[in-house]
Amino acid sequence: MSLISRLAEKSWENPGIAEYREPDSYRPAAATVGVYVYFGVATVIFTLIAAAYLVRMGIPSAVDHGTGEDWSPMPEPPLLWINTGILVLSSLAWEAATRASRRDDVTRMRSMVMAGNALGVLFLVGQVLLWWHYQTAGYYLSANPANAFFYLLTAIHGLHLAGGIFAGGRTLGQMAMRADGQRICRNVRLCTIYWHYLLAVWLLLAALLVVT
Amino acid sequence: MATTIADDLRPMHHPKTWVGKYVWSQDHKVIAIQYGVTAIAIGLVALVLSVLMRLQLGFPGLFPWIQPENYLQYVSMHGMIMVVYLLTALLLGGFGNYMIPLMIGARDMVFPFVNMLSYWIYLLSVLVLVSGFFVPGGPTGAGWTLYPPQAISEGTPGNQWGIVTMLGSLAIFIIAFTMGGLNYVTTVLQARTRGMTLMRMPLTVWGIFIASIMGLLAFPALFVAAIMMLLDHLLGSSFFMPAMMTMGQESNTQGGSPLLFQHLFWFFGHPEVYIVALPAFGIVSDLISVHARKNIFGYRMMVWAIVIIGGLSFLVWAHHMYVSGMNPYFGFFFATSTLIIAIPTAIKVYNWLLTLWRGDIHLRVPMLFAIAFLFTFIHGGLTGLFLGNVSVDVPLSDTFFVVGHFHMVMGVSPILVIFGAIYHWYPKITGRMWNETLGQVHFWVTFLGVYAVYLPMHYLGILGVPRRYYALGETSFIPESAHLANEAISVAAIIVFAAQFLFFYNMIWNLLRGPKADPNPWGAASLEWQTPQTPPGHGNWGPHLPTVYRWAYDYSVPHASRDFIPQNEPPSAEAPSEEAAL
Amino acid sequence: MRVAIAIVALVLGSIVFHLLSPWWQTPLASNWDSIDSALHITLVICAIAFISLNLFLALAIVRFRHRPGNRAHYAPENPRLERTLTFWTGLGIVGMLAPGLVAWGKYVDVPKDAAVVEAIGQQWQWTFRYPGPDGVLGTAGVQYMTPDNPFGVNPLDPFGRDDILVQGNELHLPKGKSVKLVLRSKDVLHDFYVPEFRAKMDLVPGLVTYFWMTPTTNGTFDILCAELCGVGHHEMRGTVVVEPRESFEAWLGQQESFNQLLAMSSPDAVTEMFRKANSCSTPATWGVR
Repeated sequence: MSLISRLAEKSWENPGIAEYREPDSYRPAAATVGVYVYFGVATVIFTLIAAAYLVRMGIPSAVDHGTGEDWSPMPEPPLLWINTGILVLSSLAWEAATRASRRDDVTRMRSMVMAGNALGVLFLVGQVLLWWHYQTAGYYLSANPANAFFYLLTAIHGLHLAGGIFAGGRTLGQMAMRADGQRICRNVRLCTIYWHYLLAVWLLLAALLVVT
Repeated sequence: MATTIADDLRPMHHPKTWVGKYVWSQDHKVIAIQYGVTAIAIGLVALVLSVLMRLQLGFPGLFPWIQPENYLQYVSMHGMIMVVYLLTALLLGGFGNYMIPLMIGARDMVFPFVNMLSYWIYLLSVLVLVSGFFVPGGPTGAGWTLYPPQAISEGTPGNQWGIVTMLGSLAIFIIAFTMGGLNYVTTVLQARTRGMTLMRMPLTVWGIFIASIMGLLAFPALFVAAIMMLLDHLLGSSFFMPAMMTMGQESNTQGGSPLLFQHLFWFFGHPEVYIVALPAFGIVSDLISVHARKNIFGYRMMVWAIVIIGGLSFLVWAHHMYVSGMNPYFGFFFATSTLIIAIPTAIKVYNWLLTLWRGDIHLRVPMLFAIAFLFTFIHGGLTGLFLGNVSVDVPLSDTFFVVGHFHMVMGVSPILVIFGAIYHWYPKITGRMWNETLGQVHFWVTFLGVYAVYLPMHYLGILGVPRRYYALGETSFIPESAHLANEAISVAAIIVFAAQFLFFYNMIWNLLRGPKADPNPWGAASLEWQTPQTPPGHGNWGPHLPTVYRWAYDYSVPHASRDFIPQNEPPSAEAPSEEAAL
Repeated sequence: MRVAIAIVALVLGSIVFHLLSPWWQTPLASNWDSIDSALHITLVICAIAFISLNLFLALAIVRFRHRPGNRAHYAPENPRLERTLTFWTGLGIVGMLAPGLVAWGKYVDVPKDAAVVEAIGQQWQWTFRYPGPDGVLGTAGVQYMTPDNPFGVNPLDPFGRDDILVQGNELHLPKGKSVKLVLRSKDVLHDFYVPEFRAKMDLVPGLVTYFWMTPTTNGTFDILCAELCGVGHHEMRGTVVVEPRESFEAWLGQQESFNQLLAMSSPDAVTEMFRKANSCSTPATWGVR
């Protein structure tokens, strides 16, 4: 039933349960739904910061707040692209892990989860290096709003990824303790979706930073 | 991916010790009570602050220890505590936690551990908030709206430390709320028992469900704004800070946009009104239906109205900013969207009234509070039309009219619903019954008292008395009698304040000594009254989850033997003639 | 039953309170009668809704209160009735929104011939600037501010030289002449509010905001700050004197211009002003022409 027809149900008619199956027979796991709902939250966070970025930058729009005169964009060091590459690889490793889990290839799944996590950590290290690079070049947070937005966006994105690495680490732990296989496969899939989501966010953010 | 009922029990956390059961509990009912008690405790602080404000406004100069900076601190802390830490936490963390699993036939929230974490993080946010009273300079006095640049500039109380504790506390609260909100939304989506279709859910669940979704999407705006202001304050960025003078010195900030903060704040702030209102709408619908022994009139329309109001409320935020200096042409759009939202809201009011019509109205204490809600909400909703109607807002904004309006619509109304809801569900939650006389006295003093407090405020506002004024001082346009009005308001406010202790006495005393309550004293049809134990035991439903055969409003069904049919009663057990008709 | 009586009493009490209340709008002293009439239309429509809904509520309680043997009527919904109610509500909404939007349309549309006057807010006082004989305000901004140039007028801008600077909290306006009040703040948010004029607008540091009105009554009125601006918020008062054209001109003639201020300042102070103006790396964010 589509959502519309479900919301149009005249529920006072036809008491009974004949047409309703056991809910557990068709519903996805709660964790999956929870992760998708969280994507909504994270999307709002990143969208609002991006919107604030554009307004503060002084993009001509109806919201003419007379700002942006002090805006000076940051340079794009090669490290930015290296980090992006690492995150892409990390996401690919997770994708490989999910595919392995579908084929019940446990060894490959484990190694790919490890690779995905390790590349995630490497990305974070790269981001910290990038910060350090900017700091030494004099692009302080307080010096310019462009810098401040950069640090803010990368910090929030990094925190999200750190959360993902925590979940990925837990999944590794569950593998080590030989927990329920179905549960592990589900967690691997969720981590993969989450990584893809963060990769998409990062690409959009990087595009925003580069274009402006 | 398939799970069975037995599997449903597996992730449940079975505590062994007292601490595990009542402190580090993962049971939604215990967490709900923890949320509720914490919210009411911090709400009491805010209530005391409001009395202090009334003392100053009613009797200026009589309390020399209330200085302008103290007054502004009371204003700010009172507002923020009431809106966020009391109403949001109590309605969603308290009622949401308690009612969702019981009303949809689940054993617990889907993520019990996250639920527990949510409460403890909420408690941390409350503690950080309270710590603001003890830092040098005291809490922030920038108003609950925390507008920069004043929130972090000289001349505003608490601009050094108070604002940091406030913003930090908000950020922590939002993390807690997000954990809770994910739980409420996912639980409603995933844990409804067999037969509980979306349209068979009680409106309480609908209200809390939509409010949770809105909270998840609106609080990030406040989170972002709080973090950005913290960066401005602590690390010297210029998101919101323009070039300006502070106390004769040129600041080293430039180019920031104070209006950007206002947009972010109200992008959260307006949905927040409905985050508080929608659960109240839902709860009051159920109270009216149960005590009028009649199904809620136009159930589908009620659900759709909740959904539509939730959606539209993200498109009206700038009606708080008509005179903020934003592009004035926005006024046309936001006035129109704001007044459109009045239509689904009005439909809800009509349907409540039509539910009463041809009902069998039992005027017990919960119903009295529901009726009082209707009166105050009609009043507060209509005065909102003045403020939404852009040009009418120009003379009224930032006056006492605004204070009267929003207290009526999102202070008094939801609080009356909360009282009604506590009286209504108390027998189920505690297994005991409160005292009717005390409840009646509490109701009458509260209802009549709050109207005496807030009605005159509208008139002071129309006269032009500005809000957030420590003292009116000398003006050419405010007559002496306005000071008299302020005195009368203060007296009424103190009486209402005192009456609340009757409520606390009634609740606490009867928790220990009250008579044992019937498991379903009101004859309610919804699922939470059909638990095998009262109060509901761990896991709520004993060995088998209930099965739902009907909607939550089968009251006074023709030919049925009783005037209500519980949701989990199969059709065959009831009136064979009815089944033949089908 | 008692609650029904209480509701009827509260409705009647509110009407009586409304009719007898000594607290109502101050006498209008500007052209914004359109705002007042939008408010009155809104009030009438809302009062009709308030009275009828609450009396219906009381009637329902009286007629259908529980008595032994009563049983409620079973009626899940009535889409036709709901549609009818939606239609009438919509009509009421349009009825109040239309005059509101029309009034707003005038509010945002500044007449071409409006005189420009600038009100400057700071914690916790008002100052004012008139454009002088050339009718144009010079650019200004905090970055031009020195102890001897408290208005922050740009000394390099020729349009600013003849600007008339009014210290002290008193604004004078000629009666019957449309005025565009240009607003800027030196420090935090403020709001220029004269209850008798009905109009108000926030002052936002970093921005120039404005509104317009035509004073229609001679007299002296209070200027209040209507946006919380710190501990002195309630004391941030000014006065506006609306007077006939001639006395206004006479008053304006006695005020000091920026040129006079420069002439009176010490050479060091003037040097400092120019040094500051020349070192400005960013354009005047307050620039008004």
